[in-house]
Amino acid sequence: MNRILAYFESIGDAVMLAIRSFISLPSAPRILKRTAEHGYFGGYTSLPIVSILSFFIGAVLALQAGISMRDFGAKQFIGTLVGESMARELGPVMVAIILAGRVGSAVTAELASMKVYSEVDALVTMNIPPERLLVLPRLLSVLLLMPVLTIIGIVIGWLGGMVVCQTHSFIGVQPEAYWASLKQFMTTQKMLDGLIKAEVFGFVVMLIACNTGLRTRGGPREIGLAVTKSVVSSLVAILILDYFVTQMLA
Amino acid sequence: MSALKPTAKPGIERHDRSAVGVEVAHLSKSYERQQVLYDISLSVKPGEIFTIMGPSGSGKSVLLRQIAGLEAPDSGEVKINGLDPREPATRDRFAVALVFQAGALFNSLTVYENLALYPLEHRICSKKEIRERVMHALQILSIENAVDKRPAELSGGMKKRVAIARALVMEPQLILYDEPTSELDPVMSATIAEIIATLKEQFTVTSIVVSHDRDLALTVSDRVAILRQGRLLAVDAPAGIRATRDPVISDFLNPQIDPRNPRFKQLEVSNE
Repeated sequence: MNRILAYFESIGDAVMLAIRSFISLPSAPRILKRTAEHGYFGGYTSLPIVSILSFFIGAVLALQAGISMRDFGAKQFIGTLVGESMARELGPVMVAIILAGRVGSAVTAELASMKVYSEVDALVTMNIPPERLLVLPRLLSVLLLMPVLTIIGIVIGWLGGMVVCQTHSFIGVQPEAYWASLKQFMTTQKMLDGLIKAEVFGFVVMLIACNTGLRTRGGPREIGLAVTKSVVSSLVAILILDYFVTQMLA
Repeated sequence: MSALKPTAKPGIERHDRSAVGVEVAHLSKSYERQQVLYDISLSVKPGEIFTIMGPSGSGKSVLLRQIAGLEAPDSGEVKINGLDPREPATRDRFAVALVFQAGALFNSLTVYENLALYPLEHRICSKKEIRERVMHALQILSIENAVDKRPAELSGGMKKRVAIARALVMEPQLILYDEPTSELDPVMSATIAEIIATLKEQFTVTSIVVSHDRDLALTVSDRVAILRQGRLLAVDAPAGIRATRDPVISDFLNPQIDPRNPRFKQLEVSNE
């Protein structure tokens, strides 16, 4: 019972944290530098891993689809399948998972450490709201970087699919045919759906990371536990939200 | 040593730059099932150096956190010039600085950035003035050479001094010190004690010091409170505390090391 209560308490805390952070939005021009720094850390430095994973996800998708679709005589639609899967589903989900593992964990560790070593208390006594200094720049940066990372991830995934289609003789779909099939059914709306998902996932991952970090009590052991909790909660939230956001967008 | 020039904070109504008084009335605090503070009442006058002494675990730091407004008491209240320290409006009205036991410096920032954070965030003055103010605070504490270092590169004593310098930059009306001399050598402890006394002389500031450093408490304080197991045993001037006949307070102030202590004998027996 206590665990269930604690779970709902943490959700309530996260919502309040988001509200308190956005109350500080008028001070956004003052936190531009911090927002840019977090954007650089979260976005630019995540780019290589997003690119590598996207390429291979696109490649595996094309490979799996290629085998099945060849048997059905529908291999000319591999481009469509890879295109839509990457844009509407795999791109945003995969970028969000990377964000949770790479950026969310680091944010939780940093904020939990600041909490445990009284740095957050120091901010409070200096009458500087931690939400304004620590949370809002991270939330804004993630809202800016998620669409960019997702678009890059989607396009590189498409390229991965194209390379597989071209290099595997049993699929044997040439790039022109691949791109033509991809473009045939790809619409702006489908891309937007993927980007909306990415924004929702990114925001929730960062909110969970910040909230878990700022709720940490105790010592170094609790910092480690907070990081684990943050990553696990983020992954669960991404997959649950994926269902509901997909349903909503459908 | 020259004084920092007090500056008005734009947009914030600080009608009065003078030191503030603190009232603690019937304050009790517990964590889960453990009662830490029992019905504490005390009054700190404006401009006073008030030291709270007591053995480890007596609740001194918890009391300081209540005064700083970092935690809410279970019962009773804390007032700074009649206002609740947990209210943001009170923090806007009065500058209250807390010097944490471990410094609580921001590890990702340099010493300069640590000190400049408060005036920058509150837009108190121009960047040039902030630099002057920061460098002046560092000079007062003789740590100008640490300006570009990060907290991780500093010794414990340096961290304490940077934490005090950070408090000074805030031009506080109330400074709360949590164990300012712990982990410091006697010379550095004396320096910190001098700094606390000098700040009182040069600035209109009230100081509340939590410490179990007898020399610090009885040398620089105007009044000393003795806390034991969450209860206030005495509040008096240092002379009164020194002259007390209360065996508990005497024992705390002048502990005797006795090798024939029965507990020590017991250990010897158990080792055999």
